[in-house]
Amino acid sequence: MSASLPDTAPASPGEETPVRRFPTAPLFLSGPAALLFAALVLTPLFLTALLSFNQFDYATGRTGGFTLEHYLAVVTDEYYLEIFLRTFRISALATAICVVIGVPEAYILSRMTNPWRSIFLLVILAPLLVSVVVRAFGWSMLLGPEGPVNGALIALGIGRMKLLYSEGTVVVALVHVMLPFMVIPVWTSLQKLDPAVEQAALSFGASRATAIVRVVAPQILPGILSGSLIVFGLSASAFAIPGLLGGRRLKMVATVVYDQYLSDLNWPMGAAVAVILLAANLIIMLTYHRMVEGHYRRRLG
Amino acid sequence: MSFLELKNITKRYGPLTAVGDVSLSVEKGEFVSLLGPSGCGKTTTLQMIAGFVEPSVGTIRLDGRDITRAKANSRGLGIVFQSYALFPHMTVFDNVSFGLEMQRVPKGERKPRVEEALSLVHLSPYAKRYPRELSGGQRQRVALARALVIRPPVLLLDEPLSNLDAKLREAMQFELREIQRKVGTTTVMVTHDQAEAFSISDRVVVMEAGRITQIDQPYRIYEHPETEFISRFVGKTNLLPGKVVTATGAGATVSLAGISVPVETAGLSVGETVTLCIRPEKLHLTAPAGGLLTGRVADRFFLGSQWLYHIDGPLGTLMVVTPNDGSTPAEQGAPVGLDWSPSVVRVHRGAMAEAPDVALEVTG
Repeated sequence: MSASLPDTAPASPGEETPVRRFPTAPLFLSGPAALLFAALVLTPLFLTALLSFNQFDYATGRTGGFTLEHYLAVVTDEYYLEIFLRTFRISALATAICVVIGVPEAYILSRMTNPWRSIFLLVILAPLLVSVVVRAFGWSMLLGPEGPVNGALIALGIGRMKLLYSEGTVVVALVHVMLPFMVIPVWTSLQKLDPAVEQAALSFGASRATAIVRVVAPQILPGILSGSLIVFGLSASAFAIPGLLGGRRLKMVATVVYDQYLSDLNWPMGAAVAVILLAANLIIMLTYHRMVEGHYRRRLG
Repeated sequence: MSFLELKNITKRYGPLTAVGDVSLSVEKGEFVSLLGPSGCGKTTTLQMIAGFVEPSVGTIRLDGRDITRAKANSRGLGIVFQSYALFPHMTVFDNVSFGLEMQRVPKGERKPRVEEALSLVHLSPYAKRYPRELSGGQRQRVALARALVIRPPVLLLDEPLSNLDAKLREAMQFELREIQRKVGTTTVMVTHDQAEAFSISDRVVVMEAGRITQIDQPYRIYEHPETEFISRFVGKTNLLPGKVVTATGAGATVSLAGISVPVETAGLSVGETVTLCIRPEKLHLTAPAGGLLTGRVADRFFLGSQWLYHIDGPLGTLMVVTPNDGSTPAEQGAPVGLDWSPSVVRVHRGAMAEAPDVALEVTG
């Protein structure tokens, strides 16, 4: 934060004078959350990482020792490479479509007046109340060979199409599931926008479209950024959607991990794939974050 | 024909009339302020001139052209928003340049014009900064430069100084007026601060409950408020209920709780109920027997350049303001006399209304 903060801007809670009398207070206050995080997130991650270096004996199913063979196998095998590329391609596509649909959706939502705003916010959030598995089955019923979509295609004379078990279907279903995670952060950053700023752009002769592109969009970029990171991360590690709509052949990384653990019972191999997914996800997200956020940090703070 | 003309403008929101039948003519180069308490419709009126709100009834003409239904982005007006509404992701230079860009001013011409506007508001060294790196007063200047750079026919100011602290506000008042004189742009300002409106406007439009109650030069509004509301809203005032006892062609005598005082208002009839308004600074303290009234100092407040006294007397508590001329002020509890010249008394016909809340908010 720069030192020239205006007195008119409301001070954010983090900027209040720190309490000096209890220097250990921050430690105590953040302790419970830190412990929980360490116990429930870091420990399993650490164990998974350890497991991925274990040797696996196909004959006995026992694990132990130290080896890099699983990593080598994943890195050198084109089968895995293709699955990783497919996963990131599908996630990137789903993220892009979520931006294209979600950002205008959030903008329209922010311009609505109550009660419509509350109603539509509920409409956007309501799907989160239904299990992803149920929604995936919903899509498979819709797009199945005997489903209403194919029924309509036949009625129109186009004929039956194979819709299920394709990348397109997985992307559509992912977009459907992930859209709220894009709308909410964008909507939040739109809420923080001074409505007079858009009026100001209009008053200087900008068209509505120019005002949105030049003035509104750059200011909600942080919201779009966090929405994209959430959607990409969740899509890349999605399991139920590709598992149920991708079928046996169209695998994504999370379904491969599942197969390794439960079909091949090769836990170290599954762990290695999971660790690589985590690392790749982190690298992609950090790069993206740096590219977009770094560009705007000085301006928007 | 006036440069900017509002004719019978009305804005209704459902059953609520925010602005009712407002007519106003602004001459070219004039600085006009819309003054009134919050909720009086002054901001709605400004928004209708700006084109952000469409009037339900009436017409707005700018330089002879009917702009009532014109879109905000086709009016070309310069607007300074209360929140300044600077573009936070653009530098000061880009903020100011934005309007020129939208008007498709060639790039080569933009730079000198932006620089000229920034030097007008003394911000040339800050061109490369972002709004969040500026103080409140500097942001205010950027907003002003941004509005002026497009050379608008009319400059609209929406409570431009309300976010500044008292000292800066006073300085900016004079600067605003100086800049407006220099560029000669017709200006309409909305404010709830009468000191601000009086010090920099050519004319002040007092609004009350969606209607215009008086349009006049600042000092005339102060000296000759047309309604009791205005006399209360604009500065401090002593309101004294009374009855006319004698009336002649040139004046009358009014009885205030048994004390007869002369007034110079013609056309009053005997027995009529009236309210006298006397500004605190028009009252003089005299020796106990030397004035029209006697009283006792109930309280006194030192305001630096002035003394404010509360004098208890037969007419209740009266406010008196005297200049601090360096002499010893009257002590608390001391008996004093109160005197005034009949010419400073303003007479409102009818009984006194219940004191509205606004009287408490207003400072001298």
